Amino acid sequence: MTRFLGGISRRDWMLMLAVLTTFLAAPWFANDYLLTVLILILYYAYTGQAWNIMMGFAGQLSLGHALYVGLGAYATAALYVHFGIGPWAGLPAAILIAMACGAVIGFLAFRFGVAGVYFAILTIAFAEFARIGFDHFRWVGGSAGFFLPVANYAESDLLNLRGKPVMFYYVMLGLTVAAFILCHLLLKSRIGYCWQAIREDEEAARALGVNTFRYKMYAVVISAGMTSVAGMFYAFFYNNLFPEQVFSIGRSIEIILGPIIGGVGTLFGPIVGAFVLTALAEGLSDVMLVLGVEVPGVKQVFYGICLLLVVVLLPNGIWPPLAKALGLDRNPDDKRGV
Amino acid sequence: MAALLQVEGLSKSFSGLRAAQDVSFAVAEGGIVALIGPNGAGKTTCFNLIAGVYKPDSGVVRLGGERVDGRRPDQICRAGIGRTFQLVKPFAGMSVLDNVVVGALNACRTVREARSHAEKVLKILGLADKRRQPAASLTLPERKRLEVARALATKPRILLLDEVMAGLTPTEIDRMVELLKELNAKQGLTILLIEHVMRAVMALSLRVIVMHHGVVISAGTPDEVTRDPVVIECYLGEEAL
Repeated sequence: MTRFLGGISRRDWMLMLAVLTTFLAAPWFANDYLLTVLILILYYAYTGQAWNIMMGFAGQLSLGHALYVGLGAYATAALYVHFGIGPWAGLPAAILIAMACGAVIGFLAFRFGVAGVYFAILTIAFAEFARIGFDHFRWVGGSAGFFLPVANYAESDLLNLRGKPVMFYYVMLGLTVAAFILCHLLLKSRIGYCWQAIREDEEAARALGVNTFRYKMYAVVISAGMTSVAGMFYAFFYNNLFPEQVFSIGRSIEIILGPIIGGVGTLFGPIVGAFVLTALAEGLSDVMLVLGVEVPGVKQVFYGICLLLVVVLLPNGIWPPLAKALGLDRNPDDKRGV
Repeated sequence: MAALLQVEGLSKSFSGLRAAQDVSFAVAEGGIVALIGPNGAGKTTCFNLIAGVYKPDSGVVRLGGERVDGRRPDQICRAGIGRTFQLVKPFAGMSVLDNVVVGALNACRTVREARSHAEKVLKILGLADKRRQPAASLTLPERKRLEVARALATKPRILLLDEVMAGLTPTEIDRMVELLKELNAKQGLTILLIEHVMRAVMALSLRVIVMHHGVVISAGTPDEVTRDPVVIECYLGEEAL
């Protein structure tokens, strides 16, 4: 483990252990509502981490990541409802579908030189294709929605992902930790160096022997596969899927807000960003409730203000200056404040 | 000595503008050759044709007898041609060491191996004490050296240097000249350089190729080309003759 996670100072280890212990112990002192908020935080931390691979590491802006969430959600849900295949057994199929879809988008873009904002538009377009397509896809309910059987479960059935919030909480925590470790390992490997080189200057990367097409394809395929796992979670946690919601551009934006607020290209950024955004937005809802004020769209306005403040005051996100304040940026082998 | 890099009849036009026209020259193994000429003569175009950034309209590029024209830049790098950019392109957000590791990965099988190779290259280029700084914090002369370090880390058979002296002070130029001489002498590195700084060209090159309007107008030793009337005319005008 130490070898795998090499390049991390003792201080970082202590901090990560403390955070992890807090999260592990949370269900003992959190009520169901708080637990749901924590699940949401972890969900956005996970999806943000997956998105960060494309934008933060390889510099490819995707604004359509809801597509992969949706594909993962619909694939695992359909396999469960129609064939009785459990979510974990169906997950490989869902991941493959999302990866294939990512590969098609990546191939079209990178083969034909679609880059920057045009690439971002292409990702939106595919998410929209999926939204409209699934609206008419009767096998999974079309626009009327697709529902998983719901019942009150006394026991948690981890294999079929049926049970109480606390089980979902630990599943999401496990996924988030796994994503963090995976991203850390990727960054330290050949693939991570090549991604960062592409992000910084593609022409220079190419001149240094980096096959930029191949590495950009890796980024989009890995990111798509990882994101689809969150889709499985989404389907079995919420038990209902509507194309209008799952594939909407709003969902894609929600995924990218965490890493942007937290710090694009850093390992801790997506986690910190998800925490700040979700905790504050939910806290605000609570305050409004207590005050008896009911204003629709407050959450959105709050997101907007947060984004504005971060863009203006902390252009690199919250994490880099936070890491500096905590004395965590002195590790010589680290990249970009990770 | 056999030619390591051989360019034959290389031509490239950009919507009617002939940037390079029937360019032929050879660089001997272990040699240092300078490509000079006024601005817009087609020197960088030639570099980009050799390095695979552009596909030539016609002509052949051979490295060690093997045809490399028409390949992608990353394939050409792997074949053994390292290059720097006239306008330096550091990976600004990465550390100096990581910049060089990217190049070293081209020639090394593992990241660990690449890191230790990159450390060695940084020492040669005198950047070892800056290795943990972000590349964005380097000064221009340091960035120029980083360009050379990255290209050198790919373990090239021939190094293409595009104006690595431009913008340097005379002392820095002397230092770079010494460095390149040493690499050439000790490691047998073959170098093809584009250079405007004649002081460096005179000190370094065994052979000079002069381009003007996309055509090679003269070639020979530094002394020969500086005395060639065609060269003097293109640099200083007809009255100078």
